[in-house]
Amino acid sequence: MKLAYWMYAGPAHIGTLRVASSFKNVHAIMHAPLGDDYFNVMRSTSERERDFTPVTASVVDRHVLARGSQEKVISNISRKDEEQHPDLIVSTPTCTSSILQEDLQNFVDRASLSSESDVILADVNYHRVNELQAADRTLEQIIRFYLDRARKRSTLDRSVTDTPSANIIGIFTLGFHNQHDCRELKRLLGELGVAVNQVIPEGGYLKYLGDLPRAWFNIVPYREVGLMTATFLEKEYGMPYISITPMGISNTANFIAQIGKLVNVWAYALLEKRLNYKLYVDNQTKFVSQAAWFSKSIDCQNLAGKEAAIFGDATHAASITKILVKEMGIRVSCSGTYCKHDAERFNEQVQGLCDEVVVTEDHTEVGDMIARIEPSAIFGTQMERHIGKRIDIPCGVISSPVHIQNSPLGYRPFLGYEGTNQIADLIYNSFNLGMEDHSSDVFGGHDTKGISTKSLSTDKSDINWTPEAESEPNRIPGFVRGKIKRNTEVFARQNNISEITIDATYAAKEKSNS
Amino acid sequence: MKTSDIPTFECETGNYHTFCPISCVAWLYQKIEDSFFLVVGTKTCGYFLQNAPGVMTFAEPRYAMAESEEGDISAQLNDQKELERICLRVRSDRNPSVIIWIGTCTTEIIKMDLEGMAPKLEKQIGIPIVVARANGLDYAFTQGEDTVLAAMTHRCPEFHPRVMNQQEGDVAKLVAADVSPSNKFFDEKIGLNRCSLVLFGSLPSSVASQLNLELKRQSISVSGWLPSQKYNELPALGEGVYVCGVNPFLSRTATASMRRRKCQLIGAPFPIGPDGTRAWIEKICSVFDVKPDGLEERENQIWKILIDYLEIITGKSVSFMGDNLLEISIARFLIRCGMVVYEVGIPYMDRRYQAAELLLLQQTCKKMKRPMPRIVEKPDNYSQVQRMHELQPDLAITGMAHANPSEARDIDTKWSVEFTFAQIHGSANARDAPELVTRPLRRRGDSVSDCRSLSRQTLDVQ
Repeated sequence: MKLAYWMYAGPAHIGTLRVASSFKNVHAIMHAPLGDDYFNVMRSTSERERDFTPVTASVVDRHVLARGSQEKVISNISRKDEEQHPDLIVSTPTCTSSILQEDLQNFVDRASLSSESDVILADVNYHRVNELQAADRTLEQIIRFYLDRARKRSTLDRSVTDTPSANIIGIFTLGFHNQHDCRELKRLLGELGVAVNQVIPEGGYLKYLGDLPRAWFNIVPYREVGLMTATFLEKEYGMPYISITPMGISNTANFIAQIGKLVNVWAYALLEKRLNYKLYVDNQTKFVSQAAWFSKSIDCQNLAGKEAAIFGDATHAASITKILVKEMGIRVSCSGTYCKHDAERFNEQVQGLCDEVVVTEDHTEVGDMIARIEPSAIFGTQMERHIGKRIDIPCGVISSPVHIQNSPLGYRPFLGYEGTNQIADLIYNSFNLGMEDHSSDVFGGHDTKGISTKSLSTDKSDINWTPEAESEPNRIPGFVRGKIKRNTEVFARQNNISEITIDATYAAKEKSNS
Repeated sequence: MKTSDIPTFECETGNYHTFCPISCVAWLYQKIEDSFFLVVGTKTCGYFLQNAPGVMTFAEPRYAMAESEEGDISAQLNDQKELERICLRVRSDRNPSVIIWIGTCTTEIIKMDLEGMAPKLEKQIGIPIVVARANGLDYAFTQGEDTVLAAMTHRCPEFHPRVMNQQEGDVAKLVAADVSPSNKFFDEKIGLNRCSLVLFGSLPSSVASQLNLELKRQSISVSGWLPSQKYNELPALGEGVYVCGVNPFLSRTATASMRRRKCQLIGAPFPIGPDGTRAWIEKICSVFDVKPDGLEERENQIWKILIDYLEIITGKSVSFMGDNLLEISIARFLIRCGMVVYEVGIPYMDRRYQAAELLLLQQTCKKMKRPMPRIVEKPDNYSQVQRMHELQPDLAITGMAHANPSEARDIDTKWSVEFTFAQIHGSANARDAPELVTRPLRRRGDSVSDCRSLSRQTLDVQ
């Protein structure tokens, strides 16, 4: 057993649900006790999703515990099949079903005989994988299922498209700025003359999956989800893939160079020409992205040599480390990730860029490290933001786990050239605020804290609070306390009460409500 | 009241969305200041806890997971040793006065004997360990609090009438000296206090003292609350103690205090809304043989305060999807406010514990000339959504999973969980519940025109 207050990556089934509900017309049925459908709340609130999340639970209760699920899972599957006619039903095991060890595969096999929808059992082991690994696995499983079937039925179209095209793999629900990144990637590809064949899983229809191999190559923008699918497609269908994350100027340039290489493999044969992106990259770097100029500008000089600590998922933490060190001249004291399964690659990526590398799932370890280093700014997850709050160090959020404020309505990609602008803003603002704070401390603060009266009520002399009543406003949240105290005293004056008792505070509250 | 008087209920499939009962730690750790809640479960439980109470997680909460790993499930590791190690660490980090183990689905399935281990460990580490099985196999959302409080009734000190009398008298004198206008009550009062009254249900301390005050006005003094602000201040229970619940989801606590601690339960409607509060006080008064004083006048006063809200909601219709067991009481209050309630979904309906509340609901319907709502136990969310499409209520009170999608389908929605965290008990808080209910209705007028249905799914269909 492990004492745990908080975790970075969720349980496996969350990953499966994220992938399943990202596809169009796919329904997931969890084998779980009441209350485990919390995923629906998260999707509906954090993403402000306007449609019902296509996830239901086949509820495990006492009866199931005593006698097994029996027909319950099957009848839930056929019911969903009749009600909503999904293309696919993904039966999702949870920690509960992994402990119960029911033969879910058997239920799935039987249910698929009678239902119109396809039914599969998500092949994830609760104990072995986390949310991100499970998402990666489930995506691969679904793609493999439909491609294998298309191949068997020989409905698979294996001819590549006439003009260059790519699939974008790994954009999905509750991902960190995924929607914006996707739009930015599409724009970038468009400008390179590469058509987007398909985006999966977000918004993808299963019936089109058979066309996946028609793309010239695959793009996996995030390391956490999509790599398994990409390697599968490479192995089985000979599709090359790019796993460079186009985050930051140099990474984006590398990414485009890779695209150039892959495009030119076919371009010469099909289009009888070679494409050259060098000029495009130059132009974008110098003028479209402001980040290169920004890091040259005087403003950014102030950042030189400042210290930062970074923590997040492998993709974001590694890319941001690179940006800070190579593109903005900021010293990264420590860079870390919670993606333990990807530790080796992460180490490789940040080698030589930072003083220390931390790979851990324990947020207290990260907190201790930050407290020890005392950087000028932190770039991390929501957790690091709170750590920063506690020890008064500004923090920019660069990675999931996310909060509703990380699903902004405005356009905020992290990838591509617009992404470099967004990141530069984020970084600069974090540091700037930190300096402001500092200088106001040095000069004793801007506001005249010392002069204004500490008490919010005008004159206290004629009214006494009994100790008991005095403690009452202290139970009220700080930001409204002053107002309530004032109201109570006004009420007391109006009613000629000279001593405020606890009784009077409530009477005042009732009165002010009316 | 005989149970046969109660209208019939429907019961559906139980496929509905609600919070896992372990969520009770989020408010109970704040209520019981010196406690530490240890949830013995898996990552799934942890993920829920970390996301549901949201920001509170970061304020160094006094709760944590004892996260079981593969070795625990396959019994390669010794549960007791593991828990001992973790509890010792909790003791050295936080030094709580009590550790509350929350059993989860996992501990149920692998049959971990928490109740058996607790007394042994308690002796070893010198901190009381209370075990509550608040799991999703058996319970929904607020019932979690019920399991914790029921477990705590066993830890309450024994009631000794004589000593209590003495103390009560002293307290009464003290208070009497303090509160000058209500002096006259306290002279007659001491005679009534041969018995003691304990209220159960976790409420914010200011709400609890408001209810104390309401009863004090009727010269009934409350001798204690379960839970108390501190674990060491748990109220005495035993023969001669009357107990009364303030929330409709506390049936196990009621049963435990009756059967195991020989207390007498006062079955009253719950003090939600001015009507509920009055009925609650009246029922307690009748048990203590006190003639209630000025209650009607007070209730009318409160209704007057609500007049602006009543104008908004009178005649409007509402459906409860059901997820927190407060539904009957709130529905009753809203009917009294003039609303029409189509459907009351509720996770679990204890007909005996809620009997008085149900009766009041019936009377209210008759009085307000409204039809009795359909009460659906263990509802099926999918069917409920279909029914809502048919009936088109003006307001749906539902969980967050359905709130945004319903809004996108042009059904105004109030998030039900807010009722569990808002202060809706007692007369002083009468405005808070209609404030919540009217919020979606009040913003109605301002919404952008021509975007009534914003769902993408409906677009696809067209």
